Amino acid sequence: MTATTTQAPVRRSPSRRGRWWAEIGWKYPVAAVIIFYAAFPLVYVLSASLSASGTLSSGGALFSDISLSNYAALNDTSYWTWVGNTLIVGVSSALGAVFMGACAAYAFSRFRFKGRRAGLTTLLIVQMFPQTVAFVSVFLLLTALGDVFPALGINSKIALICVYLGGALGANTFLMYGFFNTIPTDIDESAKVDGATHAQIFWKLIMPLVTPILAVVGLLAFISAFGDFILAKIVLVSEDQWTLAVGMYQWVSNQLSANWGLFAAGAVIAAVPVLIIFLSLQKYIVGGLTAGSVKG
Amino acid sequence: MAKDAAVTVNGTPAPQESHARRWAGLGWGFIAKLIMMALVNALGLAIVFSAVNSEAWAILACSVILLIAANIIYFAKRTLPLKYLFPGLIFLAIFQLFTLAYTGYVAFTNYGTGHAGSQEQAVEATLIQNERRVEGSPTYPLAVVRDGDTVGFAVTDEEGFVRVGSEEQPLEPVDGGAVSDSGVPTEVPGWEVVSRADLFADADLQAEVIDLRVPVSDDPEDGSMRSRDGASGAVYQSSIDWDDEAQTFTDKETGTVYYADQETGNFVADNGDSLPTGWYVTVGFDNFVRAVTDDALAGPLAKVTLWTFAFAILTVLTSFGLGLLFALIYNDPRIRGRKWMRTVFILPYAFPAFMSALLWRGMLNREFGIINDWFFFGADINWLGDPWLAKFAVLWVNLWLSYPYWFLVCTGALQALPSETMEASKIDGAGRWRQFRSITLPLLLVSTAPLAISSFAFNFNNFTIIYMLTEGGPPFPGTSGLGSTDILISAIYNISGVSGGSADYGLASALSILVFIFVGIISAIAFRQTRKLEEI
Repeated sequence: MTATTTQAPVRRSPSRRGRWWAEIGWKYPVAAVIIFYAAFPLVYVLSASLSASGTLSSGGALFSDISLSNYAALNDTSYWTWVGNTLIVGVSSALGAVFMGACAAYAFSRFRFKGRRAGLTTLLIVQMFPQTVAFVSVFLLLTALGDVFPALGINSKIALICVYLGGALGANTFLMYGFFNTIPTDIDESAKVDGATHAQIFWKLIMPLVTPILAVVGLLAFISAFGDFILAKIVLVSEDQWTLAVGMYQWVSNQLSANWGLFAAGAVIAAVPVLIIFLSLQKYIVGGLTAGSVKG
Repeated sequence: MAKDAAVTVNGTPAPQESHARRWAGLGWGFIAKLIMMALVNALGLAIVFSAVNSEAWAILACSVILLIAANIIYFAKRTLPLKYLFPGLIFLAIFQLFTLAYTGYVAFTNYGTGHAGSQEQAVEATLIQNERRVEGSPTYPLAVVRDGDTVGFAVTDEEGFVRVGSEEQPLEPVDGGAVSDSGVPTEVPGWEVVSRADLFADADLQAEVIDLRVPVSDDPEDGSMRSRDGASGAVYQSSIDWDDEAQTFTDKETGTVYYADQETGNFVADNGDSLPTGWYVTVGFDNFVRAVTDDALAGPLAKVTLWTFAFAILTVLTSFGLGLLFALIYNDPRIRGRKWMRTVFILPYAFPAFMSALLWRGMLNREFGIINDWFFFGADINWLGDPWLAKFAVLWVNLWLSYPYWFLVCTGALQALPSETMEASKIDGAGRWRQFRSITLPLLLVSTAPLAISSFAFNFNNFTIIYMLTEGGPPFPGTSGLGSTDILISAIYNISGVSGGSADYGLASALSILVFIFVGIISAIAFRQTRKLEEI
């Protein structure tokens, strides 16, 4: 590096240029290929969303006609209802997961009680068995609950949130437990001496110190609720209750009535905030992912 | 205690502080707790009462126990850890542990279409299904009436009296009803008569009217009043008789007797005929046996299982390989614009996965998809319709989706490698390949192997990508309803019938159990493997 930069403006000798090509130079054209591979479908969906034809067909070049008709047409569909539903379900399950996970992690990290080790081990084992595989009994359970209490039955967003929260403890406790353990217990000891209750220690001392992990868990819970398809499809039956995943699938699942123009516009609107959040919080999300959760 | 505190260092007794002064009030925390608990109790009691009303005893018992437990935990002093664990534990217990256990139970029953309820419900349903209009019975002028949400019939009987009833309430004469010239009731006290015009305008109501059965009297044997058009009614009686003591159905026309067979959960006649509606019973390992021996099912299921493993393994290998390759190439400080490049590289990962799958489904479309148009010169390649091409397409799309994850993970792991080891090996004369094989890769695997295993487990059940891209198709020949790209979980989805169609919860749950066993084995291996790697 030093060799090339110090003599930069001067013509390089052929052998040095050859070495530069062999060492670094070839990586640029390769990068161009990767960038094409990575970004081409995304550029394409942007172009399709701006096309007036309402299909994904390749009638012309990318961005050959620019029109906002697909975006305008979204207003005549239930798209915005679905966006609202997705936000309600995603935000509630994220908040619930953060709250319950933090409480459990606090208990496991700070209290010494009978069954603590067994509890942790059980959680570790339970989280290996994904809830989605048990969707048949989730369906049967919600059908039974719905006969008693419709708000907890099939076709209720509250029921779906509850189902997601059922998986929250298993998925997040370990991630948070590890983080809680890094906060020295001296802090709570001294607060206890000053007369603080366990609740005050939890809310006023520990919670502010663990905000990074709260953000990660909240974000991961939101992303997994946002991306979940199988449970949402089973639980939410009527069109006005659907989340984006269920609704947008329904738009394009039928060959004959597939509306790709709407899909493209809807995908762009929904993906842009997700892309921005993801790319700006990349570091945290990757930290959380490497600690054990996988994005849905 | 108070006395000790009052003694000061220099020996002179300090003025005794009244213990009342130390009482700091209940505090906001306590009030907040009271409010929360009041809400929880209100909600809990609401559930308890509606469970009583709908006679759901299991739900009643669980909700009572949980409600009492909540009150004990939050008002007793000794239950400190539980105060923090309880909210999460409730959801975990109901929506994860219970569903897992219940899957285990359903797997050993024949729960599904034709076996959807208890025997009592099956008897009732069979009686309704076999209702026929009584031969030569008269037609009564009829009006549809309603009271709030309840829909009923008002009929004028032979003597001209108006009788009214609903599904729950048998027909009874009413006083003060008015009848039109044609005999149709026009006014019924306590009920609102629905006009013909309103009835025709409301499709939901029409459907409800056609399904409505108003019992003629308290005795179910008398049959019920039904209407095909909302203007006239006739008495329908079941053509089949239920004998509660003998537990048999007798067909009134043919005289065939159907016995309740507790082994299969069906009403079976001596000649082998059975009635369509049965009830669910435990069937032992039948579902598991059926999965491997049923002619229509066993072959496709074996293929699906194989493909599930192939899909999960190949996805992890290809995306890990590609991600690692890119990470090795671009983890080089001499490259300019690395940060910018990296952001573009991981774009597919930041794009929501279900949308990517749907997007590729459009792009791979045979007729108008741009993959054929742009990259294969408009060739007619049936990407999602050919068994092998569809498998390839699924892997390709999943590679596109998941290589960025491995790129990120490997870049992080590479940067964390100790540089001294690398330099030492260079001095010892190791070439690039040797360095990679003997140092970089083993060290990298220590941190990434657990992730590879959890990624395998995740893809093993990656319903979204399969269902969004191909819906499991193209279908296998035969009647299994499964297809070449179906993985176990999407096969379970098709078999279970939760989205409509014929349901077989028993078989679906049995397959879920198999998936749990696979996942359990993988996790156990993962545990041992990570420990082994760490010892290196």
